Amino acid sequence: MIDYWPLLGIALVVVGFALRFNPLLVVFVSAIVTGLLGGMDFLKVLGAVGKGFNDNRNVTLIYIVLPVIGLLERYGLQQQAKALILQMRRATAGRLLIVYLGFRQIFAALGLTTVAGHAQTVRPLVAPMALAAAEKEHGRLDEETVERVKAMSAATDNVGLFFGEDIFLAVSSILLIQGALAGFGIQLTPFQLSVWAIPTAICAFLIHGTRLLLFDRRLRRSK
Amino acid sequence: MITVHLLYVLAGAMFAAYAICSARDRTNRKRFGNAAFWGLLAISFWFGNLLGDSGNGVLVLALVGIAGAHLLGRGSKESTSAEEREHFSERFGNRLFLPALVIPMTAFAGTLLFSYTPLRATGLIDTKAVTLVLLGAGVILALIVCYAWLKPPLAASVVEGTRLVDSIGWAIVLPQMLASLGAVFAAAGLGTTIGALVGEIIPQGSVFLAVLLYVLGMVVFTMIMGNAFAAFPVMAAAIGVPILIHGDGGKAAVIGAVGMLSGFCGTLMTPMAANFNIVPAALLELKNQYAVIRMQIATAIPLLIANIIILYVAGFHL
Repeated sequence: MIDYWPLLGIALVVVGFALRFNPLLVVFVSAIVTGLLGGMDFLKVLGAVGKGFNDNRNVTLIYIVLPVIGLLERYGLQQQAKALILQMRRATAGRLLIVYLGFRQIFAALGLTTVAGHAQTVRPLVAPMALAAAEKEHGRLDEETVERVKAMSAATDNVGLFFGEDIFLAVSSILLIQGALAGFGIQLTPFQLSVWAIPTAICAFLIHGTRLLLFDRRLRRSK
Repeated sequence: MITVHLLYVLAGAMFAAYAICSARDRTNRKRFGNAAFWGLLAISFWFGNLLGDSGNGVLVLALVGIAGAHLLGRGSKESTSAEEREHFSERFGNRLFLPALVIPMTAFAGTLLFSYTPLRATGLIDTKAVTLVLLGAGVILALIVCYAWLKPPLAASVVEGTRLVDSIGWAIVLPQMLASLGAVFAAAGLGTTIGALVGEIIPQGSVFLAVLLYVLGMVVFTMIMGNAFAAFPVMAAAIGVPILIHGDGGKAAVIGAVGMLSGFCGTLMTPMAANFNIVPAALLELKNQYAVIRMQIATAIPLLIANIIILYVAGFHL
């Protein structure tokens, strides 16, 4: 007999996020409830949460770049990113982001996933450049358009990363697939797997690239 | 040997500096909330391994308490004004990009240099963390360049870092919290439950429907767990291996790789993948915390359809 009660933890997360409670609180409460329903006592769940938190500190490490980015912003980095774009006559927000998408995918495919990212490149460089390109073409942007250009910059970084990194042989997701299938007696090399990441990578570039061109057109029309 | 722990010491020092800077920022009405939050993170990075599981649990409880009671705020003190920044940008020009590029260049060149030369044999850097360690080296190098060239006040990097970290706020630890939730989900046997649920509705005889169920299962489970890594072993065990590979004779490499990539389409659509979807919204100071996800849905769904076609055609008909 399968125990369905722990599924309630998932429902709590969905409801909590939908009602816009503080996400940290939602996640914490859901973890405790799921653990209790799964038959653990409170201290054991608290310990499991603490262990998970401690084991995953590396996720937060990337923010050691913040002092450098902040310091450069103090001396006009975002303004200079805009100035650079204003010199390029043919640059548009969409075209700029297509170029970034391509580079992000190629670098990720070479295993260089941390050379770019939301803290390292999107906030200080990519988003201000995309905004400058949009402003140059369409004049002063309203608040909602600014929000959309920034969000599209972040989205482009994610798409480039996700659909580039699996082409690299030694990335953790490829190793995970290999390990999981090996558990069923299916032996594959990382190379056999990463080759099959290429068709999806190409589709991702074409689909998101098309959206970026349409994004330019929509900016033009909304003016 | 340099391991990731040296970086933890560095990160701890950074958060401790933010705590002190926050405590002294009189423009922030909630300055002691911020100071406590960043101080606890400093403790986590410095002493996390000594606290034990329960100690870390209590630390998490305190972080959640501070965030849940809305005790985090932001200072209003602008470091330099917009006009000053325009002026600086004209004065320093494109050279301003150089320190920013020092970080990725150090990580890039350093990783290549270390991994493909005899340096690797010296064991100077833990091979599991080469790029991260070199990223840290890049940060220190970039700071040195900035101080030597721009000559900011000594505390400027901490003040500016605090400005940015305050704009991210509690969201900075959400990815870690979600990873803990994933661990609890796994410990409570959620993977087996979902695998069994999916297993009960497997259609007989239709390869295409089985492919569809496998891919959509990856997407939904990824959206719940916040990453495809937790979903893959479950879906492989429930459908991928028994039905698609053994039952219908599909190509294992395609089913493995494209299955995982279908999960990534789910990652684009869920707030549970906070480090990709929620933290950037805070970092870019967006009003809607779901703005990034909204932008991604129209890429994720067509790409998912492409994945279904790739998996079906390349897995069974090539």
